[in-house]
Amino acid sequence: MKAAIGEPAASPWTPDQPIVSIRSVRKSFGALEVLKDVSLDVSKGEVICIIGPSGSGKSTLIRCINALVPIDQGSILVENQEVNDPALDKLKLRRKVGMVFQQYNLFPHKTALQNVMMAPIQVLKQNKAEVEERARALLAKVRLTGKENSYPGELSGGQQQRVAIARSLAMRPDVMLFDEVTAALDPETVKEVLVTIRELAEEGMTCILVTHEMKFAREVADHIYFTDRGVIVEHGPPEEFFAEAKDERTRAFLGQIL
Amino acid sequence: MSVGYEAPFRPMAVLLPPRPREPQPLPRVTMRHAILFVTAVLLVATVAHAQAPDAPAAAPAHEALTQEPATALTVIIKWLPLLMKGFLFNILISVLAMGLGTIAGLMLGLAQISQNRLLRQFAWVVTQFFRNAPWLVLLFFAMFMIPFQFNVFGYIIPFPDWVKAIIGFGLPVMANVAELLRGAIRSIPNGQWEAAESLAFSRNKTLWMIILPQCVKRMLPPWMNLYSLITMATVMANLVGVSEMLTLTAEVHAAEGGRPELLAPLYGFAMLCFFVYCWPIGRATQYLERRFHVKT
Repeated sequence: MKAAIGEPAASPWTPDQPIVSIRSVRKSFGALEVLKDVSLDVSKGEVICIIGPSGSGKSTLIRCINALVPIDQGSILVENQEVNDPALDKLKLRRKVGMVFQQYNLFPHKTALQNVMMAPIQVLKQNKAEVEERARALLAKVRLTGKENSYPGELSGGQQQRVAIARSLAMRPDVMLFDEVTAALDPETVKEVLVTIRELAEEGMTCILVTHEMKFAREVADHIYFTDRGVIVEHGPPEEFFAEAKDERTRAFLGQIL
Repeated sequence: MSVGYEAPFRPMAVLLPPRPREPQPLPRVTMRHAILFVTAVLLVATVAHAQAPDAPAAAPAHEALTQEPATALTVIIKWLPLLMKGFLFNILISVLAMGLGTIAGLMLGLAQISQNRLLRQFAWVVTQFFRNAPWLVLLFFAMFMIPFQFNVFGYIIPFPDWVKAIIGFGLPVMANVAELLRGAIRSIPNGQWEAAESLAFSRNKTLWMIILPQCVKRMLPPWMNLYSLITMATVMANLVGVSEMLTLTAEVHAAEGGRPELLAPLYGFAMLCFFVYCWPIGRATQYLERRFHVKT
């Protein structure tokens, strides 16, 4: 049952239902159809990796989940609340769904600590002292103690990305979206970020990752989806997926990158 | 027709692959150039003064023997307090016009990116109108359209000429600042908006806490450049009767008998004042541009 956020949910979400449910979603940018009838389910605590060639619609898909990109048809339910509903309070949705970008997108005029503290103070209106404490704890968790007062310009790519992860975590989301977060990093720093994400996953955070890191996907993911030209070609748990891909396109893609 | 020996093949220069060339560095104006320029101006003024025939005494005949001929330098020194007062008046007009225009321009710029379509279009029309009008025409409009006094709740607020001039100069400042702001906002990478959105910031909060603070640095150099232009433009107030430096220079010239050899020194002095004021602003702008070099 669908309900808009703000109204008493017709059926409140329970952990046995999928936390994110995408059904028959279509999205076109002008004449180009980017998502063609995509459906997938994510259960609470699951780690999903979406892989595929460029232009297959992966980034668009996860941007639809937190309503950065509106969908044309179909439905996306986050905790039983319809994302596509025009009456939806997007801000309420985005408090539940955190996102980390490929280009970090830190606020350059604020220090790392201020970046992490800004949203809970300004949006959630929480107490400054509490938020500061939690922010320091989060930065310690991503192994950036000592960098609280550095500006993003003074940090390396990997450090910036970890601040971005801490910043999203500060809002205590239920689902975290990662949009090719290691694509802009050099190989040494990729590892730092992946370790952070793995720890998050092990703590039970529901993560949806768009990634090119196959080894990481194989180790951490519970389920892998392969998209190509706007459709989900194949999906399965990593052992099955990497060992015996059924579809020709999947094998071709895996053959190229593995 | 055989030559008898094989001439070595030397290709024409134009057939060779292009040699990589060092890009020519742009000429830079340094302190040396400024000093040279000022020295040149002083030199020209001195030569003009030396060339001038001995001036007739400006005083009545019975004092003619004790009176020194009024040379250009003595004229300038004699009238210096008045001319500097005039120059300071120009600066005052420019500062007030810049201040008022900036405030109005920031509001107009924000209106141009508003969510309200009507407001957005209205702001766009106003900006385009005042941006594409000659500053002198706007000055005339302000002088003749604004009444010389306002009657508000029984209080009479006089609007002297120089206040109207400030408004007249404030109008192009407003339009240009609005465009500066709009441009600066658009130059902020889209990722900033996306990141703020995904952290559940409302559009207003995103604008005021994240986007606008980043715009200040980007706007500062062109804004300072605009101030320099406005300062130099304030002499146009001369044409609408405001007693600013150019007007006073003309009056001084007339008071000294309207001698043609005083033209170059007097107006040259006015030019020098503006140069000495505006050139450091330009240098500071260049310095800030280098410091704030933004990597997008």
